Amino acid sequence: MSLNLQEVQRIAQLARIETSPAQAEHTLTHLQQVFTLIEAMQTVDTQGISPMAHAQDLGQRLRDDGVTEATNEADMLAQRALFQSIAPETEAGLYLLPQVIE
Amino acid sequence: MIKQGLKALADALRKKEISSVELTQLYLDRIAQHNPSLNAYITVDRDKSLAQARAADQRLAAKTADAATALTGIPLAQKDIFCAKAWRTSCGSKMLDNFISPYDATVIERFNAAGAVNLGKTNMDEFAMGSSNETSYYGPVKNPWDLSRVPGGSSGGSAAAVAALLAPAATGTDTGGSIRQPAALCNLSGLKPTYGLVSRYGMIAFASSLDQAGPMARSAEDCAILLNTMAGFDERDSTSLKRPAEDYCASLSTPPSGKPLAGLRIGLPDAFFGAQARLGCAPEIMQQVEAAVAEYRKLGASTVTVALPNMQHSVAAYYVIAPAEASSNLSRFDGVRYGYRAPEYANLDELYSKSRAQGFGDEVKRRILIGTYVLSHGYYDAYYLQAQRIRRLIANDFAAAFKQCDVIIGPTSPCTAFKLGEKAADPVQMYLSDIYTIAVNLAGLPGMSIPCGLAGGLPAGLQLIGDYFSEAKLLNIAHRYQQTSDFHLASPPLFSA
Repeated sequence: MSLNLQEVQRIAQLARIETSPAQAEHTLTHLQQVFTLIEAMQTVDTQGISPMAHAQDLGQRLRDDGVTEATNEADMLAQRALFQSIAPETEAGLYLLPQVIE
Repeated sequence: MIKQGLKALADALRKKEISSVELTQLYLDRIAQHNPSLNAYITVDRDKSLAQARAADQRLAAKTADAATALTGIPLAQKDIFCAKAWRTSCGSKMLDNFISPYDATVIERFNAAGAVNLGKTNMDEFAMGSSNETSYYGPVKNPWDLSRVPGGSSGGSAAAVAALLAPAATGTDTGGSIRQPAALCNLSGLKPTYGLVSRYGMIAFASSLDQAGPMARSAEDCAILLNTMAGFDERDSTSLKRPAEDYCASLSTPPSGKPLAGLRIGLPDAFFGAQARLGCAPEIMQQVEAAVAEYRKLGASTVTVALPNMQHSVAAYYVIAPAEASSNLSRFDGVRYGYRAPEYANLDELYSKSRAQGFGDEVKRRILIGTYVLSHGYYDAYYLQAQRIRRLIANDFAAAFKQCDVIIGPTSPCTAFKLGEKAADPVQMYLSDIYTIAVNLAGLPGMSIPCGLAGGLPAGLQLIGDYFSEAKLLNIAHRYQQTSDFHLASPPLFSA
């Protein structure tokens, strides 16, 4: 395992976490310790073993594709107002963000 | 009054020896007095709690016999991972410091419907990532048994609150040991149910294939009372399991004839006990665990050695799987619709990356980065799939063991409460403190920790691991032990009322 500084900066970029060069150095040290622990896994013979993605081997339960919450306009607006009351920035029922398209 | 169990409190409420408002007040006063030294609660809201208590008192006064439940009027502490409508729900993170939940988690909804009172939201490791409660944005929780030590984590606030008698009982969540390990370090009984038994709706997600909510209390009986309300099918959680409702208290109240646990087969893993032991547990804890096993033999149980050959790989597999799931789950915190947004940014990409850099703490960032790496192109097979194959081997080991025994017993934690800061510099040392608990989450099995005495003056925990859906059996096995021992009744001297 040879995780390097460039890789730390690449995964930080993928994860959208701003990381200064000094922070990346510090993070690298910790990640190297963690990957030393994880690497021990490679010694286990798992040939022919199927991966276990979930605690219960069950299919995903699906629901009908229909409206389940507010169905009239007044309730819908109240629900939106409640959810937007905790938003960083909104206007006229919309979430505000920096411009994306020139 | 505040040292009573939930059954006695419910009786006192029904007989009008005390009102819910008075009981709630009693706990709120203790919180006001002791929380500054413990930091067990993040949010307390007297008015909200007392309004719920008044409503409970009305319900208790109603003539209809079935109006009140076993929890009507009982104040409970809620881990701050459960969304509770109109309460701040921070998950121990700056990212959600300003998040007032617009809805209730199913667990909260069920407690509200039963008439329980929400006493407040308890401190926790940030996004439940930690084993010491030191990663909380709101500062570490102190262990009531020794204020220079950690209470365990991630449900450390719930553990400290119940141990210090700042709540009769509390909720926790357990992804890799976060109910059982703090229960062990604070002398409580805590149960992580079978995956799928308790709804995850409104419980802020860490690793969705492992997360499970459960009760933390001062006895197995109290855990059973809470589980009766918490468990049950919920269509809003796609992994919730449809099963007939069970009364987890039923087997506890039946007085056993003869030896209470005659016929019970206890499995003792060779990785935990004897010459083959290789997971590294403090000898003074093993002494207490072995004494508890001897006590179980007296109660009529027999023991058999079982093999869990892949258990030693559980921590490595977990630190691939849990961060992988976390990196995906935590991508929703982007500063757009709720939560923290950085004050300055030049464009959308900066809004994301600065909000996340400033809103998340170091341990959370570390796990997101690990998860991003193991899921990225070229590493997926070597890490993520290999970890999932080991997960299967671990589940297979348990399935084989449960052909030979009814319950597996061992320690909960390899060490008693450690000093604040002792393991903070080395993440791997911290991760290894969950060596006995993590495999249970990977397999999705129920596990419980109960007090088994003091080791060097600090609480030691005994872990009981059962087969799928054996919660009633585990609670009964724990309860029978608590009928003949008094370790679970010990309170930290600093906070005994």
